[in-house]
Amino acid sequence: MEPHYPLFYTFHFYLFGVIALASALAFVTRRSPVAAALWLVNTMFSLSALYVLLDAQFIGVMQVLVYAGAIMVVFLFVIMLLNLGHGGIGDTRGLGWKLAAGAVGLGILAEIFALTKARAPTILTLPEGFTAREVAQTGAIAPIAAPLFNEYLLAFEVTSILLLAAVVGAVVLGKQRGDEHAR
Amino acid sequence: MLPLLQAAAAAAHPLDGTAARWLWAVPLLPLAGFVINGALSILPAYHAGAADPGLAHGDGHGAAHLETETPDTAGAHADDHHPVKRHRYAGLVSIIGPGVLMVSFLLSAMIFFAMRGAGGGAMTEPFIQRYFSWMPVGDLKIDAAFHLDQLSMMMTLVVTGVGMLIHIFSVGYMQDDPGYPRYFSYLNLFVFFMLLLVLGGNYPFLFIGWEGVGLCSYLLIGFWFSDKANADAGKKAFVVNRIGDFGFLIAMFLMFANMGTLDFTGVRAATQSLPVGGALVTAICLFLFLGCVGKSAQIPLYVWLPDAMAGPTPVSALIHAATMVTAGVYLVARSSFLFSHAPVAQLVVVLVGAVTAIFSASIGLKQWDIKKVLAYSTVSQLGYMFIGVGSGAYVAGVFHLVTHAFFKALLFLGSGSVIYAMHAAYHHTDNHDDAQDMRNMGGLRQYLPITFILMWIATLAIAGIPPLSGFFSKDEILGSLFARAEHSTIASAHLFGLAGSVWLYFSWALGLAAAFMTATYMTRMMLYTFHGPNRTGEAERSHLREAPWVMTGPLVVLAILAAFGGWLNLPELIPIGRVGLLDHWLEPVVGESTRFVVAGAPEASPGLEYGLIALAVLIAVAGITTAIIKLKPATLVPKREAPQEEGFERVLLDKYYVDEIYDDAIVKPVVGISRGVLWRGVDAGLIDGLGVNGSAYLTRFVGWVGSQLQSGQLGTYAWVLALGVLAVLGAFGLR
Amino acid sequence: MLGEALFFSAVLFVIGLFGVLIRRNAIIVFMCVELMLNAVNLTFVAFAQQYGAGGQVFVFFVMTVAAAEAAVGLAIIIALFRHRQTVDLQNINLLKG
Repeated sequence: MEPHYPLFYTFHFYLFGVIALASALAFVTRRSPVAAALWLVNTMFSLSALYVLLDAQFIGVMQVLVYAGAIMVVFLFVIMLLNLGHGGIGDTRGLGWKLAAGAVGLGILAEIFALTKARAPTILTLPEGFTAREVAQTGAIAPIAAPLFNEYLLAFEVTSILLLAAVVGAVVLGKQRGDEHAR
Repeated sequence: MLPLLQAAAAAAHPLDGTAARWLWAVPLLPLAGFVINGALSILPAYHAGAADPGLAHGDGHGAAHLETETPDTAGAHADDHHPVKRHRYAGLVSIIGPGVLMVSFLLSAMIFFAMRGAGGGAMTEPFIQRYFSWMPVGDLKIDAAFHLDQLSMMMTLVVTGVGMLIHIFSVGYMQDDPGYPRYFSYLNLFVFFMLLLVLGGNYPFLFIGWEGVGLCSYLLIGFWFSDKANADAGKKAFVVNRIGDFGFLIAMFLMFANMGTLDFTGVRAATQSLPVGGALVTAICLFLFLGCVGKSAQIPLYVWLPDAMAGPTPVSALIHAATMVTAGVYLVARSSFLFSHAPVAQLVVVLVGAVTAIFSASIGLKQWDIKKVLAYSTVSQLGYMFIGVGSGAYVAGVFHLVTHAFFKALLFLGSGSVIYAMHAAYHHTDNHDDAQDMRNMGGLRQYLPITFILMWIATLAIAGIPPLSGFFSKDEILGSLFARAEHSTIASAHLFGLAGSVWLYFSWALGLAAAFMTATYMTRMMLYTFHGPNRTGEAERSHLREAPWVMTGPLVVLAILAAFGGWLNLPELIPIGRVGLLDHWLEPVVGESTRFVVAGAPEASPGLEYGLIALAVLIAVAGITTAIIKLKPATLVPKREAPQEEGFERVLLDKYYVDEIYDDAIVKPVVGISRGVLWRGVDAGLIDGLGVNGSAYLTRFVGWVGSQLQSGQLGTYAWVLALGVLAVLGAFGLR
Repeated sequence: MLGEALFFSAVLFVIGLFGVLIRRNAIIVFMCVELMLNAVNLTFVAFAQQYGAGGQVFVFFVMTVAAAEAAVGLAIIIALFRHRQTVDLQNINLLKG
């Protein structure tokens, strides 16, 4: 009961998906942390495109703004700060470990595929193209904002406190010993 | 008065309301004696003075003894060098110990007269007293019940009567022993258990008494346990008995599984519906007999009885002559209804009894220790009793039990007097020779005249010279056996292919041969001990004297009983008094079973019977004469100078090496397996090594594995996470 | 598109896991964890298209938490670097015991 998508849509979906996978693979195999970070940024861009294609435009923009734009930038800043740009020798574990990790990964992959046999009850399934119509009607933000400030208000508030804690923690952890005297 | 479980049942018993309602006191009095004497023995009362007389003397055989001992273990004797202190409570114990037995005996006598008044042999129903429900478990309902009928009454009288005499004798014999209260407490306990045995109303209750007397036998044989040989003898008795007990238990299991009941009346009723000679009845009887073989020292489990002579002589008299060893005979008589239903089992009993009789009689021919002669004589006479009850002549077997109790107790107590005199003599000269070896005796008739006369009475009785008691009982056994060999259910049965009558005639021949040997070895004993020149030694001779009256008195009583005990069951052919008293008395108990065996037999001709009697007397006289002619007491030398025996005599002296065979064939392998396999292999290896140490090791190992995971390395933790996810997803997917 | 999206998500997740298990540089391991989070986000968004906007809300929260986590985590790594002069995970075993 897959709805019929236009070829344009499908082609771009697969395109960005493949780019994401390729970038991810490149990411894990780079020796230099800077190169790896940049490949990860690329992965995130592709994912953002995928989000848009999946009628989650707001999330797509958020991905670029927050993830690629803020988090990865922080990563790069730290890499530069610690002067790790060139990558150490022997940064990866040995071949045996790689094979084992590959096996574990393939095993988990196989299990996930086995689990996709499960089907959610149809009563939960929305009618076709529901999200797209909603977006067309109210805009991309309203479908998220409504639940966020109604059902998940508590989680929202708690998350803000979490962010406060993170800020405080980061500042405390990042302080140098000498800073206590030099106010 | 102990409350009864069912008061006044449907049918009132003629003994209700008579002295029989005090039946419970008969065994409980000795039990009270045990408790009091036992308490007195534990109280620290004996203080060894500066000259400690308690240097351990064992049974007078001069073996090496331990120096260290508690005051209670040694057997001190009256001595000029060491003034012996009697136990502080010896006076009190001398009153309580024999006293409870006297009251018990008087009570038994009163109950006996009450029974006579209630009809005696005409009292068809047993007097059953149920005191409490002992083991109610599902279908199994065993009560603590006393079953008083003519048979148990007779046994009670024998046990309390002879027991009382032996208690009185012990007051003299053990007077200087530091373990005086302990001795009497054990002796009282023994009488208690023996009374439970004969009065018990069902097989398990009988079994309590059965095991209890085995326990007391162990305690009393090993009375002077500081000498290892004595302790070993006690152990041997107990272990060999246990083998028999196993048979008894199997028989009880079979009975319950197939009959659903274990009390005598119930089993008797259930047996009527079983086929005669069937596998079940035969099996039950054979297993019961296995118990008897152990307890009553028949082949192959007789080996403990000669060793049991390590105990004090009154113990040998009471336990190994008059009462405990007769428990097997009592059991067969009590189970007469079972045995009469199983002719093959009866054949086995008769055969084993006959072979044992002649086998041990032959060993007795060459023993030098006076008590060992009597021990083998006991085994032999027990064989006769089993011939009696095995052939279905239950009255004859029980009759011989009673007469044997009289003359064998007399013989043992007499030998006790002899040993007492020899010990006293040796102590005066500090001699360490064997006081029990006949080669050290001789010519004692001039020093112990009363004992001499009394022991000759007993010897003539056991040889079977009329008109003493042994003649009547032994002749009745052999006569009944001969009659049954001609025509009876047993004669019609088959064993190992041969007809029963063949086996019975063969057993009769063995019985005659054993009678000849009995007369011979008993006369030999008398000749070597009392006749001829004295070999004790110059210095000791002057100290030999008769035992005190407290010891000789019971001997006189027993001699009277041994002489006139035959009047209990005179045969029809010798009507010098009332005929067949015991036959009539035991009629309700065993009469039916006896008649079942000889049903349809033709009346024996008086000529044949007179002939058999004459033959028996002839054999007895021949045995005595042979001994007198062939044995020359004058040619004997004391033990320390005696030459070693040669040839077949050596074999007889060494008891056919049966003990050695048992040791090599059974004891050593069992000990080897126990030590090698069960101890080292299973206990130390499996249970300790694998179980205890192994589980500890496993725990530590698992802990070590766990600790390896806490490496502090993030990478390791990530790995563990990933593997965990794998596992959980897998479990999830598998569902 | 749900099926394909889920496929991509699964593969991305496994690639991230592979990186976590393989790499020894702490920062790169951290970035692999971020990749795993992104894969999960993709799953949520794909499901949100079929089952309602709750999935997108959850993605919102994931991103927020990821941001906070990145900040704190990097602060820790900086502090660690100051003490040990290395970010090699093999040499950091203060959690031992």
